Amino acid sequence: MTDPSGVAVSEFSTPPAGEVREGGQDRQEARSLWSDAWRELRRNPLFWISVVLIVVLLTMAVAPQLFTSTDPRYGDLAVARQPPSAEHVFGTTSQGYDVYARVIHGARASILVGVLTSIGTVVVGGLIGLISGFYGGWLDALLSRVGEIFFAIPLLLAGILTFYLFPPDLEDPLILQVLTVVGVLVLFGWPSLARLMRGAVLQVKPNDYVNAARALGASAPRLIFQHILPNAVAPMIVVATLNLGTYIAVEATLAFLGIGLRSPAISWGIDISLASSIGLVRAAPHMLIFPSIFLTVTILAFIMLGDAIRDAIDPKLK
Amino acid sequence: MRARSRAMVAALFTSVALVATACGGNGGDGGNTGEEPQAPGAAGGEITINGCTPENPLVPGNTSEVCGGNVLDAITAKLIHYDPDTTEPQMDIAESIETEDNQNFTVTLKQGYLFHDGTEVKAQNFVNAWNYTAAAENGQTASYFYSPIEGYEATQCAEGDCEANPAETNELSGLAVVDDYTFTIRTTEKVSNLPVRLGYTAFAPLPDIFFDDQAAYEADPVGAGPFQVESLSSTEMVLTKFADYAGEFPASVDKATFRIYQDPAAAYADVVANNLDVIDQIPTDNLIGDQYQADLPDRNAQRETGGLRWWTYSPADEQLADNPDLRKAISMAVDRQAIVETVLSNSATPATGWVSPAVDGFMPDVCGEACTFDAAAAKALYDQAGGYEGTLTYTSNTDGAGNQQIGEAICNQISNNLGLDCQFQGVVDFATFNEGIDNDEYKGIFRSGWQMDYPSIENFLAPIYAEGADSNWSDYANPEFQQLLVDAAAAEAGDASNQLYQQAEQVLAEDFPTAPFTYAKATMGWSDRVTNVKITAFGTPDLASIQVIQ
Amino acid sequence: MGSYVLRRLLQMIPVIIGATFLIFAMVFGIGDPAAGRCGERACPEAFLVQFRQEYNLDEPLIVQYGLYMAKLLTGDFGESFSGLSVAEELINRWPTTIRLAVIAVCFEALVGIAAGILAALRKGRFLDYLVTLSSLLVISIPVFVVGSLSQLVFGIRLGIFPVTATEGGWFDLLLPGLVLGSFSVAYIARLMRSTMIENLRSDYVRTARAKGLGPGRTVGVHTLRNSMIPAITYIGYDLGALMGGAVVTERIFNINGIGGFLFYGINTKDGTIVVGTVTCLVLVYLLANLLVDVLYGVLDPRISHD
Repeated sequence: MTDPSGVAVSEFSTPPAGEVREGGQDRQEARSLWSDAWRELRRNPLFWISVVLIVVLLTMAVAPQLFTSTDPRYGDLAVARQPPSAEHVFGTTSQGYDVYARVIHGARASILVGVLTSIGTVVVGGLIGLISGFYGGWLDALLSRVGEIFFAIPLLLAGILTFYLFPPDLEDPLILQVLTVVGVLVLFGWPSLARLMRGAVLQVKPNDYVNAARALGASAPRLIFQHILPNAVAPMIVVATLNLGTYIAVEATLAFLGIGLRSPAISWGIDISLASSIGLVRAAPHMLIFPSIFLTVTILAFIMLGDAIRDAIDPKLK
Repeated sequence: MRARSRAMVAALFTSVALVATACGGNGGDGGNTGEEPQAPGAAGGEITINGCTPENPLVPGNTSEVCGGNVLDAITAKLIHYDPDTTEPQMDIAESIETEDNQNFTVTLKQGYLFHDGTEVKAQNFVNAWNYTAAAENGQTASYFYSPIEGYEATQCAEGDCEANPAETNELSGLAVVDDYTFTIRTTEKVSNLPVRLGYTAFAPLPDIFFDDQAAYEADPVGAGPFQVESLSSTEMVLTKFADYAGEFPASVDKATFRIYQDPAAAYADVVANNLDVIDQIPTDNLIGDQYQADLPDRNAQRETGGLRWWTYSPADEQLADNPDLRKAISMAVDRQAIVETVLSNSATPATGWVSPAVDGFMPDVCGEACTFDAAAAKALYDQAGGYEGTLTYTSNTDGAGNQQIGEAICNQISNNLGLDCQFQGVVDFATFNEGIDNDEYKGIFRSGWQMDYPSIENFLAPIYAEGADSNWSDYANPEFQQLLVDAAAAEAGDASNQLYQQAEQVLAEDFPTAPFTYAKATMGWSDRVTNVKITAFGTPDLASIQVIQ
Repeated sequence: MGSYVLRRLLQMIPVIIGATFLIFAMVFGIGDPAAGRCGERACPEAFLVQFRQEYNLDEPLIVQYGLYMAKLLTGDFGESFSGLSVAEELINRWPTTIRLAVIAVCFEALVGIAAGILAALRKGRFLDYLVTLSSLLVISIPVFVVGSLSQLVFGIRLGIFPVTATEGGWFDLLLPGLVLGSFSVAYIARLMRSTMIENLRSDYVRTARAKGLGPGRTVGVHTLRNSMIPAITYIGYDLGALMGGAVVTERIFNINGIGGFLFYGINTKDGTIVVGTVTCLVLVYLLANLLVDVLYGVLDPRISHD
């Protein structure tokens, strides 16, 4: 008997339930799976391109001063909306902000949103999926229904409502604002990962090595963390890296609707949403183009990384 | 900058603009000039115009936002009609409004004015409507406008809770019907500009059906205006020309449809593509570099309207409260012209006083030096006044179009020119913002705006700076100013009264509780199917005069 | 099968109750809808008191929810603050939303699956990288940028498509549908690519090849049918998500659909609109899920619903 709601969902390329995964028969093999993966990764040029890009972007997020000494919040109306020039290589905004400085400083918030949301959904979704799949029964049914409740509410709606409930305060440091956005995305994003995890656990659970460990008297936590988790985690890691990029794009959409990060926070999403009205695109396209390029490259880098990892981990794709 | 960007724009920007009333306007500086409205019935045709969803059912006394206000303007007739070009009050339903002491008014109605349901407009319709709107038990938003009329206090309930604390009466003692076509108004104090106020939508008469079956009225609102309601939905509101309209300001077209847009950018795109006939406010981003003039050659107009933006110095901020020089220094440090040109793309003009140029009695440059940008002088005055400790915040709701951009620009100017740290503080929506002001939550300075209800200099002073007035966000209280308001209200309407109001405005310039920022402008565009689009001083298109090119 | 469907239908009840309560509580929490309704001035107390009484706003949350659900169960969706019948609005707006979703789904299914197949068959070659890169590019550009730019270029400049879709006809909705579906096209292409590659290597395809079946038949019949499952799953879930999640696209093209109505309800803090609309959306979403799961069993005999 297979409950179809345990089947891998949507964007995930997990094999359908019922098939037994070929990799990871025990811990010994699991380790070799990972070293196999690493060998595979090293040969993949896409992997190296994305790693280099991500390192550069992370440096930008951690130490923007290395890239620019211009204050991204210094607005001089005398030079407002100027096209790229020697002094302002990416031009200036309507407020006379330097676009290059904004783009560099915006990396932090945008990348934080992507990374933290990915981590958050993995932790929350992964744990719930693990518990659901491992224990089954009424707990599984309950958690699955709760997941459906959150999954059924459109993310944008949830975002809007949450920002009404927890309006960002000027006094709050950037990280608090970021955490609000992350919180919303995690709260309404975990169910898909939970489903994925649950499906993977259901595939791993009937395996002999799990039964053997259980017969030897292994405790539930030991079973879960030593035997099941390592063998079920791969698809989730892949999906999480894929989602990372889309979360960065979602932040931009939230900003467009006026409910994402807000000034004085600086993020690509804020700047793109401000620059995307048609009249501005016609009059000052540089305001849209440069942050968009950075956003796109970042998302590409993370998705390429996810892709490479997936190709390396999934034995059936080799 | 981003008139288009927020979904809330349509719904909430409007809550900012308390747009009032009927027709009026001029040709603006666009291509079509000075064609007189045609004789009744000579024109015809159908037009579409962008609209937004009203917040409440279309009851004149309960509509304080443009979405419903625009429709009500077209379907109601009032005692007074404001001239399209000069905004001068003209008699509409009123034959005459007479007073000898500015306290007792006798209103005589024209005979033969019909409501859309065929009943005649009589004195009782006015008195009933006014009593209804004023009485607290009916919970109407425009109740406030009746406060000058005698007996208003007795119609109010303690703490607004009429179930627990019923009002003494639900009728204004100051109103009395003399005969079918005559009624009298008595005010508590002298109010010389009362006749001018009577063109505001909240003073429209209500038909008998409103009192017999309010649900029926709300489903199919009935007025005495040039248009009548054909259908209302959340996607469009269709009005047709009222065949039995007896007044002097008839509609030119047979049918006008308010098509509801969530986003003004989409409406603009439709006008450019000739899918929509009139857009009543072109998004600011399309004004950059006068793009709209290229997109809509000879099909656009711009006009200064009766709106004002300023910032209020928070009365809760001790550093600012007792230091007018500091307040002036901050004002002087802001280059209004630069902000208007870049951030606002000339969708407004720099303000030089507390009264809009759209009203009679306007005097330029009342603010003087304090509103004239001079970085060096500002810095000198700022130092002399002792400076400002800590971070100065500029607070504004961020749901209205461009509020955040304006706030950031003002703050940047203050920071750059005075060397103090000014930060923009956004508040999620207008309701929350208002609540914060009421609770003295905001220090520093905060955004304020006003769209006139009726074209009178008084409307820019009394409701905002009279002691204890509803919209006195600066908690301004000055006996001298107060006395001038009383004197002005008692003086003969016109120059005598205006001069006293001007003196009151000059007192404001001394005390400087708020800093004028910009005068509002409306920029409209239209398709190549229509002509004679006029912008009223209220920032609305004059629906009655629009004509279809045959 | 019948008992499975019945069980699933029964399980929907707590989900619907949970979801509507969650939404109701959130709308309840976003503040007083009576405030801020009086232009630039503070509302008269009397107005506030009356307004709150009329809409039961001064009752505790749970009582409000009970009152609302009691009405909903009798089929009464209530009226918005502006006097619109929510049920009528939903009925008027559903066809538009469904048309939009159908266009988007057809687009993503056809183009996404085709691109995925191509990429899989040419794995590691130019075409594969082209599909991968272009799909990633689509994912990484925010939908509002794609939307407004395509409106400018294809609507205003080239005049190929209508600028807005106020009327909501099929042709009006074509461009918005493509914009809306573009994100999922990329996802489906990637999904299709990886399952195809997986299946091309599986034993049954090898057997088929060994039996001497031509590549056309191997790909066409054996691999394709089995590779469609994840894509169809995704499309099913997406169908639910597209209906309420089209807020941005609906705004840009002025489409009178469900998403915009919901957004309007939130902005005016109109709980009647929000909860009524969400109830419908959740229902559609759950039914779409059920349909997908049933289809799943039909497509893949290894999965049974007993």
